[in-house]
Amino acid sequence: MDRFLFLTFDGLSTGAVYAAFALALVLIWRAARLVNFAQGAMAVATAYVGYAVVSATGSYWLGLGAAVLAGLALGALVERVLMRFVGHANPLGDVIVALGLVLLIQAVLGMVFGSEYRPATVPFDTDALSVGGIAAVSPYDLWVFGAVMVVVVLLALLFTRTPIGLRMRASAFAPEVSRLLGVNVGRMLTVGWALAAAVGALAGMLVIPTGLGLHPHAMDMVFVVAFTAAVVGGLDSPAGAVVGGLLVGLILSYVTGYLGPDTTPLAVLVLLLTVLLVRPGGLFSSVKARHV
Amino acid sequence: MSVDPILQVDGLSAGYGPVPVLREVTLSVPAGTIAAVLGANGAGKTTLLRTLSGLLRPTGGRVLFDGADLRAVRVEGLVRRGLAHVPEGRGIVAELTVDENLRLGGLWRRDRADARLAQDEVYQLFEPLARRRRHAGHQLSGGERQMLALGRALIGRPKLLLLDEPSLGLAPRVTAQIMALLRRLCDSEGLTVLLVEQNVRSALAVADQGVVMSLGRVVMATGAAQLRDDEKLRHAYLGF
Ligand SMILES: Nc1ncnc2c1ncn2[C@@H]1O[C@H](COP(=O)(O)OP(=O)(O)O)[C@@H](O)[C@H]1O
Ligand SMILES: [Mg+2]
Repeated sequence: MDRFLFLTFDGLSTGAVYAAFALALVLIWRAARLVNFAQGAMAVATAYVGYAVVSATGSYWLGLGAAVLAGLALGALVERVLMRFVGHANPLGDVIVALGLVLLIQAVLGMVFGSEYRPATVPFDTDALSVGGIAAVSPYDLWVFGAVMVVVVLLALLFTRTPIGLRMRASAFAPEVSRLLGVNVGRMLTVGWALAAAVGALAGMLVIPTGLGLHPHAMDMVFVVAFTAAVVGGLDSPAGAVVGGLLVGLILSYVTGYLGPDTTPLAVLVLLLTVLLVRPGGLFSSVKARHV
Repeated sequence: MSVDPILQVDGLSAGYGPVPVLREVTLSVPAGTIAAVLGANGAGKTTLLRTLSGLLRPTGGRVLFDGADLRAVRVEGLVRRGLAHVPEGRGIVAELTVDENLRLGGLWRRDRADARLAQDEVYQLFEPLARRRRHAGHQLSGGERQMLALGRALIGRPKLLLLDEPSLGLAPRVTAQIMALLRRLCDSEGLTVLLVEQNVRSALAVADQGVVMSLGRVVMATGAAQLRDDEKLRHAYLGF
């Protein structure tokens, strides 16, 4: 029973990271109709920035802020100088460009920082607290879960309660009509990429310390799992990304805990295939497809 | 009523890729009037409106709106100059609520108070919308959608309204209401309307001018009353 409880909290904590990362994928999917395959590499790059600031200043919080700012900047940059110019004539065009970006980022990181694992510090204890003799959840897990939930709520408020959120949603759903109403659709796309990359940066900062540490490939597996979570929830649904992330986090935690870590990648694959076969639109896919 | 044209189109040509569709279209719309652009399906009416608002790049000719050459204005900048384009069919954002659609129409305005006032006026003008503020666009009937698209354009208090087949799929009664509203706005607020319609009778009932297009050209432009009443003319150009 304690094991189940431990695995549940662990799953919710890593699930929160998957949720954030899946949410970042969904943000870009909704704005630009493409899956940002470079999101893992971009998040790693911003985490390197964050941890450089942590070791220079000694403050985790300054480093976290720097990573998020670097995410905003990198996201905007990637959209402005790269993705904007990829035509949609070839459906694989943006995938190829994104994969090229992955190679570029990982090569640059390897040259600048080397490719050994670097330790990543955490602001809270990662050992599980004992509550009534049961070691269930660590302060760090609570911080991760709480941070992601706060970001999710802030994003929801941004999109539903502010003028720029309204502009961003309108641009994504009806770019032409939005332009006719004075919305700068190109700028909304840039903002969308910036936000997504900032959320990705946060997810990277949260999850990297729980793995082997900072490394150019540190987010590869997280990306695959988060992509699965986004597909589970439905690429079009922010709420689906969050639920999908938590769900996938829980499933993988149980699989790893009860069947061993070797089965985890297989479980991801099985999950992805099952959803694609049974409900290709994702759990949250709506039937209200656009009609005139 | 002023006789200065607020919209002057000279020799405008445009097309999709290498295929020319609009061929040297020339027309002029005096401020405060309604010009009805008529013509069969495929005549190029939608293409004309899309070229006027810059969604489609012209291959030749020019468009003067309120004294400025529109070729130099970006699509996003049109509302600020007083030009509203309600496109054919899918004029609303179906995923947003009625209220959000209307707010979207006023977001660009600096005068926030007047934008809110304009929104209230739209709700008074179109009762059914007021009852469905929180409904998503895709839950609305065809008539309500058209009201929403039109109302949203009015929130910008435009000088010139480009309307692409507002009567499409509407009950005759709703069509008549919308046409009457356009006439009222022209007479009382000085609005100018370029009205694309296949519903010739409804359009000519309120228009000042009739412009008939065929195969991308303007084949006739004359007073609406004349088109309405001259059987020979009507038969030759409109086929009834
Ligand atoms: N997106 C497009 N690509 C290519 N041809 C088009 C496109 N839209 C319209 N056309 C062609 O342009 C001509 C005029 O169409 P349109 O302007 O929609 O006419 P109308 O609005 O008068 O019915 C038609 O022959 C149509 O086939
Ligand atoms: Mg048309």
